[in-house]
Amino acid sequence: MANNGRKAETVTLTIDGQEVTVPRGTSLLHAAESIGTEVPHYCYHPGLSAPAQCRICLVEVEGAPKLQPSCVTMAADGQVVHTDSPAAKRMRQGVLEFYLVNHPLDCPICDMSGECKLQDYVFDEGREQGRGREPKRVFGRDDFGGDVLYYGDRCVMCTRCVRFMDEVARDSRLTVVERGSRAVIDTFFDRGLDGAAFAGNVVDICPVGALVSKDFLHKARAWDLDHTPSICPNCSHGCNIELHTRDNLVQRLKPRENQEVNGHWMCDYGRANYEWLNRPGRLEAPAVGRGSDRRAADWREALELLFARLQAAEGDVALVGSATCSNEALAGLAALGEEVPGGAAGRVFRSPRAPDEVPLPGFPLLVRRRDLVPNSDGAGLLGFERAGNDDGQGGLEDVAEHGGVVIVLGDELADQGEDFGANASLFVYLGTFDSAAARNADFVLPITTFAEEEGTFVNAQGRVQRFQQGLRPPESARPAWLVLGALVAAFRGEKTPDSAPEAFARLAAAHPAFEGLTWEAVGDGGAALVAEAAHG
Amino acid sequence: MAYPYRHDRETRMLSECFGDPAARTVAGWKAVGGYEGIARALEIGREATIEDVKASGLRGRGGAGFPTGLKWSFMPKNSARPHYLLCNADESEPGTFKDREIIRWTPHQLIEGCLVGSYAIGASHCYIYLRGEFFESTNVLARAVEEAYADGLVGKDILGSGVDIDITLHVGAGAYICGEETGLMNSLEGRRGEPRIKPPFPAAVGAFGMPSTINNVETLAAAAHIARHGGEWYRQWGTEKSPGTKLFCVSGHVNKPGNYEFPLGFPLMELIEDVCGGIRDGNALKAVIPGGSSVPIMSAEDCHGCTLCYEGVEAAGSMLGCASVIVMDETSDIVKQVRRMAHFYAHESCGQCTPCREGTTWATRILQRIEDGRGTEDDLNTLIEISEQMTGTTICVLSDSLAMPIISSIEKFREDYLALIRRGERVGAA
Repeated sequence: MANNGRKAETVTLTIDGQEVTVPRGTSLLHAAESIGTEVPHYCYHPGLSAPAQCRICLVEVEGAPKLQPSCVTMAADGQVVHTDSPAAKRMRQGVLEFYLVNHPLDCPICDMSGECKLQDYVFDEGREQGRGREPKRVFGRDDFGGDVLYYGDRCVMCTRCVRFMDEVARDSRLTVVERGSRAVIDTFFDRGLDGAAFAGNVVDICPVGALVSKDFLHKARAWDLDHTPSICPNCSHGCNIELHTRDNLVQRLKPRENQEVNGHWMCDYGRANYEWLNRPGRLEAPAVGRGSDRRAADWREALELLFARLQAAEGDVALVGSATCSNEALAGLAALGEEVPGGAAGRVFRSPRAPDEVPLPGFPLLVRRRDLVPNSDGAGLLGFERAGNDDGQGGLEDVAEHGGVVIVLGDELADQGEDFGANASLFVYLGTFDSAAARNADFVLPITTFAEEEGTFVNAQGRVQRFQQGLRPPESARPAWLVLGALVAAFRGEKTPDSAPEAFARLAAAHPAFEGLTWEAVGDGGAALVAEAAHG
Repeated sequence: MAYPYRHDRETRMLSECFGDPAARTVAGWKAVGGYEGIARALEIGREATIEDVKASGLRGRGGAGFPTGLKWSFMPKNSARPHYLLCNADESEPGTFKDREIIRWTPHQLIEGCLVGSYAIGASHCYIYLRGEFFESTNVLARAVEEAYADGLVGKDILGSGVDIDITLHVGAGAYICGEETGLMNSLEGRRGEPRIKPPFPAAVGAFGMPSTINNVETLAAAAHIARHGGEWYRQWGTEKSPGTKLFCVSGHVNKPGNYEFPLGFPLMELIEDVCGGIRDGNALKAVIPGGSSVPIMSAEDCHGCTLCYEGVEAAGSMLGCASVIVMDETSDIVKQVRRMAHFYAHESCGQCTPCREGTTWATRILQRIEDGRGTEDDLNTLIEISEQMTGTTICVLSDSLAMPIISSIEKFREDYLALIRRGERVGAA
């Protein structure tokens, strides 16, 4: 073998009779995972250090005198590992029994029920009946501050939460107090987790129902929730998340692992801001006509009328976009601006901006960005300029009095007066909610939110990321890329894009910054834009 | 003041000066040949010192009995990183009171041992981790260290050799688990006293992340003598596998409990009957715990013919541990003793590992229930199974230490348990 005396990059071992080759330095736990075998574990978490103290990931390694913790035992050439041998299973059953000695078994009222690792492991491998006859120890409930409640009786003392605060948040606010079976997780005096920017993650990584979210408390059962891969809409970092929905309402946001963007984490600000997706009173149907002349119309009629008006429109076009809209929608708006006879007068968007960034010290890639919208970078790449102040207001003085065509997409114009667009030869408002400032609109067209459609955002790293549809939109609302794409197609004599991937393909063909990217290439994990084009 | 624990048959090497306040001073210690050990070590060099200790066959006196010279040789050579010697003076194994006597009567014996150990492993700093309750010993040792510094025996350029060795005393807060070597390191660093997962071993990553060796007080004290006289000299006592002398802490139902020094291999029954004056009130012997509370209990039969060396006690079904011989006569309530021990281990468990955290407490509660007359025979099976689940499944051996007395007591004194269970059943039925 010509390895030049250097250690091979990979090692080959046998796990449960199956030969497996993994990179050197891979733990037995991960090696087993690579062949689809989950070794139960509590204290180990891929984003944290491994103290090997829960003792449930012990596996049998031939030749070793004792069972070995698979989370910290590295795979080695020729090792023969049994995760399922009688000794390993017996030990796991024993450890599970220990966990249940004082566990309250209050699954029926526990928020973690259904996604609890204690429940899962005991169901899989635990004893059929407990032998505990002693009364259980009782700690009760503790408010840790922030969004976090602690149920000490359910705790398995894995210390993931303590290590998250120490190692990742680098803001040591949790600790183990006392020792032995009297040990509990606690905060330091009255300080708690109030004001910590990333503490919500301790709820996510708690393998049982010891740490729960106050916001989510008793709100839904885990098995009733649908999980949809999405992108956090609350700042331009675009943490990969899941929308957890029930009854067509977002119940909570959870981070989705992406080592290029957010690791396993997300910030508390992003996590807490989802109620706006559930806001009632949406625009339900297209409407045509200004002020008191306004009447409902169906989409076909509305678009035919609008297309005719656009063809005959007088003056140039002022476009107001929104950085909460997808790239596909914004590209459609930009394309439409080019097709209207008078040509473009300007493209702007407004967005709220925080005074500071909030970094996560132990995972420096993740930063709560200043731009509190998901697609300010996409909007910029598609030719929209940011206007207005850091509250996302103002900056539309010229547009408000514009004499040509005004098209507003996704901006609710909350700060604008009723005379907005009074001078416009044609005023089109595509939005999710009606607005006093849309009183003069000739067309009011209901569109979907990002949670109700598929699409892409570009985050602050210059990364294109896809989100999927998690909510059913109001009956007549349509994705903006479809509405705008239909109008552009009408001008160009093309076929209307029939899907978000098709809309993305058209945008990638039209905008050099997106050159070479495909919907598939972006995938679930996102893809970086070509650097020069994106930030050149 | 005469030292109260004396017997004519003793071989006094470590305990020679116990009871003699003069030996607490540098002059007094030098008068009996003290500090010649470190002087000779400095003369023959590190390697030769380690070889001497290897040749002596000295085994760690903290309980595990690991060969000391071998342990020293694990330390990296030519490493630029600082090395540390840690002296474990957290003597907290129930029944053990030998290190305390070494420290309070012969602090310079320990200091010299620390110097020899530090020099051998290339450490320029030695930490002595003292048990929090050792008030008198700490004061005595602190005065001795000060005097040794003043005399140029400790600090910069010791004995004019160009070698620097500092000694720092660190007083613990009274936790049993801080006597476990890596728990001690965590405690020394200001962290929770929780044992660390190995590997890495202390010789690679120890205190403050640096290569470290940790030795018991009695081990280092013996090393001072070995450094003075050479390895072969030490082998004049003891057995092939257990050379040297050992302090035996005898407690319990004997007429003259105390600290006695004998060559390893001394017969257990002679220690009880002859040296300690036999069982109190002429009672019969019931059980002996030979090595501190963490080892299997021996029945009276096991004791006959048992010799007190590592291999001898092992052959009798237990372990020498730190040679803390707890003697129980026929009036002893074994269940109560085991329950009391279980309570201790449950209280002292650091709580990291699940089998120990939950198992020690659970076992205690079952034992308490049996003692209260509310047990069942099935509880004994549960206790044995819990104990097996606590054996070999944790980071350190605290839970194993409880499992051993539980399993051995149920095996050897099952009738004691059953008597309590039956009495409870009768009371319940009436």
